[in-house]
Amino acid sequence: MTQALQPPDPWLDACRAVALVSVDPAGLGGLLVRSPAGEVRAALLVRLRRGFLSAGEAKPPLVQIAADVSAAQLLGGLDLDRTLALGRPVASRGALARANGGLLTLAMAERMSGATAALIAAALDSGETVTERDGFSERAPARFGIAALDEGIAADERPPAAIRERLAIHLDLTALSHRDMGEVAAVDIGAARARLAYGVIPDGVIESLCAAAAMLGVSSGRAPLLAVRAACASAALDGRNIVSSEDVTFAARMVLGPRATRLPPSAQPADEAPPPPEEREDDNPSPEQNAEGEVKALDDVVLAAAAAAIPPDLLRLFQENGQRAHRAQDSGKSGDSKKRGLRGRPIGSRRGDLRGNGRLDLLETLRSAAPWQKLRRRQAPARDAIQVRREDIRLKRFKDRQASTTIFVVDASGSTAMDRLGEAKGAVEMLLADCYVRRDEVALIAFRGTGADLLLPATRSLARARRSLAALPGGGGTPLASGLAAAERLADEVRRKGRTPTLVIITDGRANVARDGMGGRERAQSEANDAASSIRAHHLKAILVDNSPRPEPKARGIAERMGATYLPLPIVNASILSDAVRAHHAKPAAGAPR
Amino acid sequence: MAVTFPFSAIVGQEEMKRALIIAAVDPTIGGVLIFGDRGTGKSTAVRALANLLPPIRTVEGCSYNCDPGKTAALCPACKAKLALGPDAAHIREIAAPVVDLPLGATEDRVAGALDIERALVHSEKAFEPGLLARANRGFLYIDEVNLLEDHLVDLLLDVAASGENVIEREGLSIRHAARFVLIGSGNPEEGELRPQLLDRFGLSVDVTTPQDIGQRVEAVKRREAFDRDPDGFIAGNTAADGLIRDRIVAARARLPVIAVPDSIREAVAGLCVSLGTDGLRGEMTLLRAAKALAAFDGDDSVSNDHIRAIAPAALRHRLRRNPLDDSGSGIRVERAMTELMAS
Repeated sequence: MTQALQPPDPWLDACRAVALVSVDPAGLGGLLVRSPAGEVRAALLVRLRRGFLSAGEAKPPLVQIAADVSAAQLLGGLDLDRTLALGRPVASRGALARANGGLLTLAMAERMSGATAALIAAALDSGETVTERDGFSERAPARFGIAALDEGIAADERPPAAIRERLAIHLDLTALSHRDMGEVAAVDIGAARARLAYGVIPDGVIESLCAAAAMLGVSSGRAPLLAVRAACASAALDGRNIVSSEDVTFAARMVLGPRATRLPPSAQPADEAPPPPEEREDDNPSPEQNAEGEVKALDDVVLAAAAAAIPPDLLRLFQENGQRAHRAQDSGKSGDSKKRGLRGRPIGSRRGDLRGNGRLDLLETLRSAAPWQKLRRRQAPARDAIQVRREDIRLKRFKDRQASTTIFVVDASGSTAMDRLGEAKGAVEMLLADCYVRRDEVALIAFRGTGADLLLPATRSLARARRSLAALPGGGGTPLASGLAAAERLADEVRRKGRTPTLVIITDGRANVARDGMGGRERAQSEANDAASSIRAHHLKAILVDNSPRPEPKARGIAERMGATYLPLPIVNASILSDAVRAHHAKPAAGAPR
Repeated sequence: MAVTFPFSAIVGQEEMKRALIIAAVDPTIGGVLIFGDRGTGKSTAVRALANLLPPIRTVEGCSYNCDPGKTAALCPACKAKLALGPDAAHIREIAAPVVDLPLGATEDRVAGALDIERALVHSEKAFEPGLLARANRGFLYIDEVNLLEDHLVDLLLDVAASGENVIEREGLSIRHAARFVLIGSGNPEEGELRPQLLDRFGLSVDVTTPQDIGQRVEAVKRREAFDRDPDGFIAGNTAADGLIRDRIVAARARLPVIAVPDSIREAVAGLCVSLGTDGLRGEMTLLRAAKALAAFDGDDSVSNDHIRAIAPAALRHRLRRNPLDDSGSGIRVERAMTELMAS
């Protein structure tokens, strides 16, 4: 039985998961593949497309969209070319409607915005798209499977939760190389699709999957449902009408495991790798016990299978924190910056002049020209096309997000930690409270003991902030260099998402722990100085709030090296701090080109 | 229209279902906001509600769902038709509208705008009514309401406050009735809701995933059965859905005669004072909602139980927020109630 004790072959798993999606795309929603672009992912996508193409007689559509796809591209709207050519409004079909019956591939899904994700999620839920745009009102069927390609590297670079939640299969191929790809025979997707409707779910299967979901802290009601559907698709794929325990364990491994937010209460965390999978012989589908024992056994097997698939990084977090790990849920935002006033959220249109660099709102322009056509034709009968004059021109208006992210870096060391933390918490809350209006994000890094922790990834959500802040610990040494380095890393990430980071560092500047976690005032201080210089080299805006009882030269020194505004505040007051940050937003960064 | 999961088959989530029913009994309460985790059946419940609403009487062909019984509020077309005599307009019953305001909708489709096709092709100036017109006398549903674009939120606030949609653009000058029950749903992780919009909602419910395994299993089983055979599943729940619809109709009729004892009014006022809710809207909403609940339960007057059942939904979004208080607002309301109503 050495075979059963081997961890499942990830490539075989991935191929089978892909086949399941081709069997029941609408039911399973699709799959999420986290992996850099490369041979492995490409090979998997080829299998997926082949599965779709081989399933039916008619060729299913294969549509690919980018993360910065616009609502008009997704939903459809006015077809400019044909509208102008024909002189009457013509609707274009959106990508969601075009993908009906086929596969929709989301490239670089980790950079997709929450608003875009919500549009796709609505189509996944209802199986249709509802378009109310540009004078058109349409419903179109939109049942498709999704392949979301996630090339994120950092823990919080992930596709929006609304998408992740609705895709049954989550695969992580980061660790696979082309050497791991064995030969896997093609399967008959068409036959499996036909069999899907006749699948029988034995008693106890749904119960086991729900129980496993609960044990792993998977709170969404969708997850067990998706797992049930995956089990049905797995049975259909193997030409069976009755769902077997293998189907159920596979579904648990593919659907529930990657969604786990905690370890099952009884299981001990394993060392580095995921715990060994099913220790029972689950490849023996008919245990010879009585019915009750059988159900019990299935519960355990399903849970073990799902637990085996918990991502290793999550396991490590469980071990470090010994509590629920908050995985970042933020989504990437579209990055490249364009000219001001031409990006951001459209906020209607206004009368304007095309000689500026505004963007024409064709529909509104035609609308404002329309009432005058009869009159103008009488005045200038030679022209029979639509007569548009300068006063009709309407320009699109955009609201620039002015997106900034304030990163609080809080010294949580020593005896005064609790007071400082309390104040910093208050300031974060205050900034967050008006973030809805200003579209700001805040993040929180605390350093103490031997290193720095990202306690709150960049967020606008009060709900998440409240949870993270409640768990903020204090005490220990002052690893200032680690804190600054962590802040710089986060600021870099923030920048890559097209937002402007501002650092707010609350410390007394007296470093006494070096970056490797060792004590030693001198080395700690010189490393902190280096980290500060590096922040300046990156042109990051920063404020250093010195909270020592009287202004501390070391803190001032660090601030100068950083090019930061130095703000001695013996008693950190949340509202003063919050005002200071607001005032600071207007200023350019030290040494920045503009 | 895609087939919808029946309301009576939704497992658990009693507070959400109760709030939606109350909004159906008394549309003046100001709508329902449903905030909560993913995959808890928020949109399922709202779409299912559409099948429970009693039909409305309207003039055939009217874009604004005009009520022929209210001559003062008729749109010009209906007024002209009805003025010609009782036979000039066909009165018919239609299903109460539940209109989706999809994300990505543009302003012209929401408020209505010049009908561009008729303008360009026939050089006619005609108004093409938008979603607000279609939702008149019904429900307007916004999923992911916290992601709605700001200028649409402003528009909705305007219309919801006045019950009227005013269009002044492209040489059009039109106003039409737009009274609807606003239903919003969203996930707090996506961001906060603007306070002005939050305040607009009469009731607010928090939905969470049921922790009870039995309930979760039942929910998955029902959904599975529905996916397998939607028509059969719906047929099996028609009677239960019909029962709720009948109770809503009966409750609407009884609503005007539900008594509110003075002791209840005092208790409600005391509750709002002790919670420090701003303004009178919370108090009025709570009383109205309690009346609607009493009517739905078939009682003659409002009792403490009704208040207790609905107070969290009516008040939780009106409390001053204490961001560091980990307990939800609903728990604060319940705590205050236990203190006040202990006797």
